[in-house]
Amino acid sequence: MTSAAEAARPGPTGSASRRPARLWGLAAVLAALIAACAASVAVGTRAVPLDQVWTALTDPSVHTFAAAAVRTRVPRTVLGLLVGAALAVSGALLQGVTRNPLADPGILGVNAGAAVFIVVGMAYIGLDSPGEYIWLAVLGAGLAAAAVWAIGSGGRGRPTPLRLALAGAVLAAVLTSVTQAVLLPRAELLQTFRFWEAGGIDGARFDQIAQVLPFFIAGAAMAAFSGRALNSLALGDELAAGLGLRVGLVRLLIAASAVLLAAASTALAGPIAFVGLIVPHAVRTIVGADYRWVLAWCVLVGPLLLLVADVVGRIITRPTEVQVGIVMAIIGAPVFIALVRGRRMGEL
Amino acid sequence: MTTTTTPAPAGDSSLAAGLVRARRHRRQRRWLLVVLALSLLILTLFMVSLCIGERVYSPADAIRVILGQKVPGASFTIGRLRLPRATTAILAGAAFGVVGACFQILLRNTLASPDIIGITAGANTAAVAGIILLGASGLALTGMAVAGGLLTALAVALLAWQGRGATSRLILIGIATGSMFDAVTMWIMIRGNQYDIQAASRWLTGSLNGATFTGLAPLAVILTIGLPAIAALSRPLDTMRLGEDAAAGLGVRVRSTRTAIMLVGVVMLATATATTGPIAFVSLLCGPIAANLVGPGRSYLLPSALVGSAMVLGSDIIASRLLPHSYPVGVVTGIVGGVYLIVLIVRLTRRETV
Repeated sequence: MTSAAEAARPGPTGSASRRPARLWGLAAVLAALIAACAASVAVGTRAVPLDQVWTALTDPSVHTFAAAAVRTRVPRTVLGLLVGAALAVSGALLQGVTRNPLADPGILGVNAGAAVFIVVGMAYIGLDSPGEYIWLAVLGAGLAAAAVWAIGSGGRGRPTPLRLALAGAVLAAVLTSVTQAVLLPRAELLQTFRFWEAGGIDGARFDQIAQVLPFFIAGAAMAAFSGRALNSLALGDELAAGLGLRVGLVRLLIAASAVLLAAASTALAGPIAFVGLIVPHAVRTIVGADYRWVLAWCVLVGPLLLLVADVVGRIITRPTEVQVGIVMAIIGAPVFIALVRGRRMGEL
Repeated sequence: MTTTTTPAPAGDSSLAAGLVRARRHRRQRRWLLVVLALSLLILTLFMVSLCIGERVYSPADAIRVILGQKVPGASFTIGRLRLPRATTAILAGAAFGVVGACFQILLRNTLASPDIIGITAGANTAAVAGIILLGASGLALTGMAVAGGLLTALAVALLAWQGRGATSRLILIGIATGSMFDAVTMWIMIRGNQYDIQAASRWLTGSLNGATFTGLAPLAVILTIGLPAIAALSRPLDTMRLGEDAAAGLGVRVRSTRTAIMLVGVVMLATATATTGPIAFVSLLCGPIAANLVGPGRSYLLPSALVGSAMVLGSDIIASRLLPHSYPVGVVTGIVGGVYLIVLIVRLTRRETV
């Protein structure tokens, strides 16, 4: 199992010495994630003790307020698991494919692209369920990603983190104007959109999750095979090509899976930023730079972060809730700033 | 980007000097021409926005109203509604335009306008908090927006400061700060009641609806102080286009110039933002447009202000008079920004294929 990518990376990052630690760590993260799931169904405006949570979930004949609260939190938790994993993996893929430490579907405007197309679909075509507008979301996310890459690279090879982030911010600003133009004459849509735009997993429904699930699966399937390619890409385009990788095609496929995952998340939960930024960085400090491990860990750490942020958002302003998208931005921006400050000028 | 510098024939220095002088002369004439043309354009748009609307008045009527004579009907429609609106557009546009150009020069990046690097977002959050949580309006609202903008700029600058000035770090930190403040704004909006939200939402798009003379007074005062201040700083600032080290070598006190420009700029920007709301992309677009108009080597600060005024006035005419649904002006400037972005992409990709 010594791929060329790993052979090129000497020392303790090699897989042999780290493998047990990575696996045990993964088990620990899994345990933490299960605890987060339990908290997510138990904690909220109405807190429910864990034994009652259990009876509410196992005994459908119980009809108390507590049981009802728990049952509405189940789809919310499931959606949190899906969206957290998808956004974290999407961020890791984007960071790998652009070789840019600051990539994230939110920062690069991919989520905003999906959101605008969804709004247009709602306003002009009358679509109102995620299963109907997911295609538009994928299209919008793809176009936004392509536009950001075009502006950021400026026609001269690989874009710097600075230019990509700027391109994403400018694109997001344009898309916000477009959204306003569509929404302002439509007061009723403005009302629903205001909540959706903040990005949240409240109001999740299993039927809607099921409609979009195939897109998550497709994106995840493509992502599952990209670890080795990303390891090669990390060595630089020339070396990767020398290792027999078709760089352009691979990059396009990986970007497509990142877009698919981000679009599916946005269709269900609205635009949520910074999960895709924070999680891969946190994971890399534990497992090293091998993308196969980074991706595997992202699948568990992403939901862990999102669910914890969601639970925090339910607690801090009781009896109202802060949506997880807002909590993530408030946690995420300082992390982004710390990452920027930790780097030398030349790397930006 | 190769600037067209014709190689001076060796040994014929008087001819070369003559060529240089002629070129400088031509550039100066072009600059004057641009300023004149933009001023004329603003005057025309100003008259159009005074005369045309649901009721159309003749320019003579408009001028009589401006001069303070009583004209039945027009005195109210023009004097109380359209004149403050058009004046606000000119003032706010000038502020957005010139401050945007200043920031682009300081940060050496055409995309680094104050609404991208978080300063506008900070002013927005303070203003929306003022509207929804405190019920603020008028001067108090202006004060809060200015404070929000200044504190944000200070925070971003402090976070980015690590020994030497580092513009790319400042831009990135600004983007993150901006997205954090946007989230906080959204949070405040969600918790507000229906009526306040409508007001805050319209305001957030940038709107000239409900402009009054008392409302624009703070902006007018700030601009009469700020624009001369920027003009006084324009020479060192233009020298800084050569790069900070070169400017320092030419005797520019880089750090104090930068601090002064940032301070004046943020106050002007936040006051304009408090008056009209953040009108999207004006501060981003004016610098590049003005720079293209005047050509290389000339200061484009004054032209940027003029482009800003013309852009806001023109966009407001389109938004409120020409479109089927009356939009706030920020929607139109936002779409203009989108067009600019598309042009940028097309130009970049074309350069790639060549």
